[in-house]
Amino acid sequence: MGKLRERKVSSKKANKHPVEAEMKEEEEEEEEEDEVRSDDEDSDEDERKRHKLVEAIRALSGKRKKPLVERSEAAVLMSEFTVAPGSDGDRVQLSELIGTVEQTPSVPSRATKQLKNLEHSNRTVECPLSRQESERIHRDVAFQRTASEVSRWSSTISHNQRVEQQVFPLHQEPLAPRPVERVVSGWKPQTPLEQEVMALLSANKQPITNPVLTPVEEASMKAMSLEEAKIRRAELQKARALQSYYESKTRRERKIKSKKYHRVQNKGKRKEFLKQFDAMVEKDPGAALEELQKMEVARMKERMSLKHQNSGKWARSKAVMAKYDEGARRAMQQQLEVNKDLTQKLVSTLDQEEKEEEEEEEEVAAEGAAGDVHNPWMRGKLSEDPSEREDQQSVEVDVKETENAAEEEEEEEDEEAEEAALLREFERKRRERHVQKAEPEVFETVEKLLVQADHTHNSALEEGLMRIRTVEDLEELPADPEPPLPEAPPPSEPEPPAPPITAPKAGKKRKGIQLKEVLTKETEVIDVGLKPTTEDQEDQDQESGQRGLIKEAFAGDDVISDFLKEKRKQEDEGRPKDLDLTLPGWGEWGGTGLKPSRKKRRRFRVKAPPPPPRKDQQLPSVIISEKRNGALSLHQINSLPFPFESHAQFQSTMRSPLGRTWNTERTVKKVTKPRVITRLGAIIEPMSKEELVKDRKNKCNL
Amino acid sequence: MKVKVLSRNPDDYVRETQYDIQRVPRNYDPSLHPFEVPREYARALNATKLERVFAKPFLASLDGHRDGVHCLAKHRTSLSTLLSGSCDGQVKVWNLTERFVRGNSCSFLWNLLLHGKEEEPLNTILGKTVFTGLDHHQKEGVFATCGQQVDIWDEQRSSPIRSFTWGVDSFSSVRFNPVETELLASCGSDRSVVLYDMRESTPLRKVIMKMRTNTVCWNPMEAYYFTSANEDYNLYTYDMRHLDKPVMVHMDHVSAVLDVDYSPTGREFVSASFDKTIRIFPKNAGHSREVYHTKRMQHVICVKWSSDNKYVLSGSDEMNIRLWKANAAEKLGVLSPRERQATNYNQKLKEKFQYHPQIRRIARHRHLPKNIYHQAKELRVMKAARHRKESNVRKHSKPGTVPLVAEKEKHVVTVVK
Repeated sequence: MGKLRERKVSSKKANKHPVEAEMKEEEEEEEEEDEVRSDDEDSDEDERKRHKLVEAIRALSGKRKKPLVERSEAAVLMSEFTVAPGSDGDRVQLSELIGTVEQTPSVPSRATKQLKNLEHSNRTVECPLSRQESERIHRDVAFQRTASEVSRWSSTISHNQRVEQQVFPLHQEPLAPRPVERVVSGWKPQTPLEQEVMALLSANKQPITNPVLTPVEEASMKAMSLEEAKIRRAELQKARALQSYYESKTRRERKIKSKKYHRVQNKGKRKEFLKQFDAMVEKDPGAALEELQKMEVARMKERMSLKHQNSGKWARSKAVMAKYDEGARRAMQQQLEVNKDLTQKLVSTLDQEEKEEEEEEEEVAAEGAAGDVHNPWMRGKLSEDPSEREDQQSVEVDVKETENAAEEEEEEEDEEAEEAALLREFERKRRERHVQKAEPEVFETVEKLLVQADHTHNSALEEGLMRIRTVEDLEELPADPEPPLPEAPPPSEPEPPAPPITAPKAGKKRKGIQLKEVLTKETEVIDVGLKPTTEDQEDQDQESGQRGLIKEAFAGDDVISDFLKEKRKQEDEGRPKDLDLTLPGWGEWGGTGLKPSRKKRRRFRVKAPPPPPRKDQQLPSVIISEKRNGALSLHQINSLPFPFESHAQFQSTMRSPLGRTWNTERTVKKVTKPRVITRLGAIIEPMSKEELVKDRKNKCNL
Repeated sequence: MKVKVLSRNPDDYVRETQYDIQRVPRNYDPSLHPFEVPREYARALNATKLERVFAKPFLASLDGHRDGVHCLAKHRTSLSTLLSGSCDGQVKVWNLTERFVRGNSCSFLWNLLLHGKEEEPLNTILGKTVFTGLDHHQKEGVFATCGQQVDIWDEQRSSPIRSFTWGVDSFSSVRFNPVETELLASCGSDRSVVLYDMRESTPLRKVIMKMRTNTVCWNPMEAYYFTSANEDYNLYTYDMRHLDKPVMVHMDHVSAVLDVDYSPTGREFVSASFDKTIRIFPKNAGHSREVYHTKRMQHVICVKWSSDNKYVLSGSDEMNIRLWKANAAEKLGVLSPRERQATNYNQKLKEKFQYHPQIRRIARHRHLPKNIYHQAKELRVMKAARHRKESNVRKHSKPGTVPLVAEKEKHVVTVVK
């Protein structure tokens, strides 16, 4: 290539250099070869001579021409335009150059050979790309590179565009307290006290400047990192789960009714224990002795608790005899009573009053009958308690087994006191939740039942009970939005599907309830909704009094008829009017006091078509205005705005309120979060490349 | 007889400590708080009206220059420092908190970056040609100038470390990309915007538009977006990877746009125009959200958004620098928590109901000087006429021969590789 470039060097320029001058001479030597060329050389020489002559003349005239100022330093860039396109004759041929190469001895023979080969070959080397072309390619490549480099931001950018809230500046300094030494650099102890303290610190090898805190302190300052907290929480969760599994397992086992299973289990346990005991005797006799004592105490306790039970030998024999012998029966009864007294649970102070009442009643009632008959609620409650129910049953049936079981249970409870406590807590909560869920339904159904039963009662008795008065009051009430009683179905036909399903439910809940018993009393009021209901009968007298007062105060107001009148007026206004086209005096006499004849009027009256049915036709207590309100339409949107895709979507966004009147504090805060948060007086730096790294890290974590 | 008494248990309403929030018993039952939409609508309407009432954006005017202010520069680390250069070669350093000229100095370069002490330059660079624009690298000690060519200088050297030319003899401005710090963009006199990479020996690409671009500004948060201020009254936001079509055309000015600067959050930008107004555009909206003007403000030549995102500074022909609030109705200073909550709520309400005609009407209303108002109207009429004619031509020619050209495609002549 270098050689090829040299071709371009013009002969004129070459003249200046001595080396090239030699070349000139060589060219002259080659004159014989190329005649045309020699002619050119002649003309060139002539030219030179002419120049010399002209200059000599100029020099004579004395007026010296100012020499051209040139920059002598080597130009960094060689422009292609400085090379003059020489004529064909001035061109340097490759062969000429090679000729000199052949003669110089320093050039290796191999190179000369190659050059000769080149001379013979006819193949032309491709022209290099023009500068414009090559630059264009360079630019394009560079652009592609930069564009791809810049594209790595796209995920960050799109993320920031989507994100709900952005906080600026992007690099926030952590708000942890920083030691003074770190904030104030270049602090030195100056006062003697400070110097002393520093000396002490350095003597004890305490960290003074960097790091200021000992590692332990640093750790304590950080308290607990997020990861640690997460691990700890996971551990706790696991422990809790394991505990609950264990609990449920024990519960399940305890619930197994099979006596054989328990017997086998107990036997296994006993064996295990004996084995352990034997081992202990050999290993640690002292501990074994203690264990033995413990066992003894346990046995004694059990014996004590078994006192007056009907599991003894005597009791069993009496039980056999009881069928036939009056005395034996009485003895057994007595023993059972004693047992009951002994095993009775201690009652808490809260229940004391009830118990006392019960006792009073019990005194009145027969000894055999348990609970009070008069209060079904009480009875229902009592029946809920399993142990007492068992007590009741024990009188009639042989309960030895159940009693035993109950006691066993109690013992187990002692063993697993903690677990059980936790378990019970859960159980209770769950039950509460169930009850809460069930409550509204149950109450509703109960109330329905009550109402229904009430009706039957009323219709059957036709007597002035208290309830009747209230019902009438309800009927009288005019503006009740949904008066349930007047529209309730007649008592003979019960509500078809609901009561049969729900009634037994209620019945199950409160076993001993009998409607008649309940209804003779004043019902307990169960407040269902948030709205004040008219059935509230807590203090009925007062309320009726209040109602009476109101009635008296608004005696003149007839709201309903006013409403009906207004509605009728609206309907009339909405109805299209008939058109009367009669012209008075047309074909007749006209004037004051003369009316067009009825025939004519009938003939020229255009009847209006009937109006479309009104929307509130079926709704007796509503007026729906069908007129378009012009004042309102000013505030309404007439087309779906851009980002929304459907009317439903737009409406739902409009309907959800943002304010704290409708939302909780937390929701309001979340909903009204501003898009951008900036700190007062903080300089917001442009995004740096660390953001990119952060973004990548986040992605990796996700 | 039952006796009912009023009972007040302090536990129900007294705070345990002074730092607790006041307990407000509240029932969220929706039946107790009806008409939520109309009530919130009324609140939104009031908030919008109040916003217009409190919209007083003009804060201060800094006078002291004796010729039109030609350029402004923010300090990188100090919010209160502002540098301004006027056409008479004077450079002033302002302390914005005191509105006080700390010092002034004259320099042949009309922007100042290399000054340390007042009164005397630290370093003087003699260029062969006139410099028309200057920008400093985001992090390194490198800056770029433009004039006949775009030069990259090292602060330590007296000759440029790199210079770019591409068939134009005059560039009006050059800007470094603050995110991808090696990239630059410049505006040439051949109506072009040229992109460069400092590391490459050649420019990257050039887009030629129908009219000349005066300035460009890169988005400080989004690496490949930049906005150019054009002579044809519009601003164009480009994605530097796809120069054949701008991402967004921002219209509203009624005369040539002379300068543009992005907010540091990268969500909005401010533009200064020859029509004597400043406008604030959201980066992805075609029309401005705000227009600032005063009676005495002449052609606005340069504009800057302060780096705490709170203020806008404009320098205009009549020798004044003006300080504006970036958010016209915003209350400056520290807000109490309740105040902040209220403003946040109002802001959300305005956003929620922004499509309702009454609210939109009030929120959009701005007073404009008479000539701008009429000129805007005239432009609108002209545009409509052009559109009508085009559609008529389309209607009366063979289908498909007159294609619909999007507004975005109308302004780019070509992209030169």
